[in-house]
Amino acid sequence: MQPARDVQFPAGGLHLTFTASPFDVRDSLAQMLATPPLCDLPASMRGMAELVLAEVLNNVAEHAYPAGPGPVTVTLTPVAGGTQCLIVDQGLAMPGGRVPVGDLPSATTDVGDLPEGGFGWHLIHSLTRDLTYQRTGACNRLSFLLPNEG
Amino acid sequence: MQLQTQTRPKVISVTVIDDRIDAATAIQFKERMRDITKDGPARVVLDLARVQFLDSSGLGAIVAVKKHLAPDRALELAGLTPTVEKVFRLTRMDSIFTIHPSVEVAVSHAASA
Repeated sequence: MQPARDVQFPAGGLHLTFTASPFDVRDSLAQMLATPPLCDLPASMRGMAELVLAEVLNNVAEHAYPAGPGPVTVTLTPVAGGTQCLIVDQGLAMPGGRVPVGDLPSATTDVGDLPEGGFGWHLIHSLTRDLTYQRTGACNRLSFLLPNEG
Repeated sequence: MQLQTQTRPKVISVTVIDDRIDAATAIQFKERMRDITKDGPARVVLDLARVQFLDSSGLGAIVAVKKHLAPDRALELAGLTPTVEKVFRLTRMDSIFTIHPSVEVAVSHAASA
């Protein structure tokens, strides 16, 4: 299926709508990284921006739309101190109406007991600031700042 | 998902040819690794020098391969690029894996062991 894409470039930012499925997420990340504001970041920060956006968007693909791909809109706005991100989808609400904490396993966990998932929210919390989730009508709105280094 | 293997007497090294292990390819990676390491040397070194991007799905798949090989066989890592290294550090998985600067170093460890 060809992803339904809509791209706008408001004032140095990026406003992109696409279908949330793993391969569309990958293609859309490539597009986001190649255009402002993310293409203007230093390489190491671009890597972290890609990681955070991949985690958020794959969560949307996997958990907001478990029955099949649905639309997601990403708005990236350059601000003082970093890049402000807003991710909006029309899928299922987050469990309990809030963002998962993302606890890590203890350093003494036996290899056999290590989790094979759940690292995503920990990475998102570690690499963002002002992480905010709102359920508005039928929409999930997740916003956060990707801070500039230093 | 393209993987290249080299088998030595005590260690098999697996080089990931793709430049990313992400949500789109993690399951395929896990299955290919299970096939490749079905039997063979006790030490498996995963060469990630070409991998520029690893997300939590990719990390989960690498952890799953390590669990699958345990307790008799070990999965070690080599050649982490800066972004990949940071994913391991932020999730503290760097304390779970033996990490070598390069596959060559990892293999020379085997020779001296």
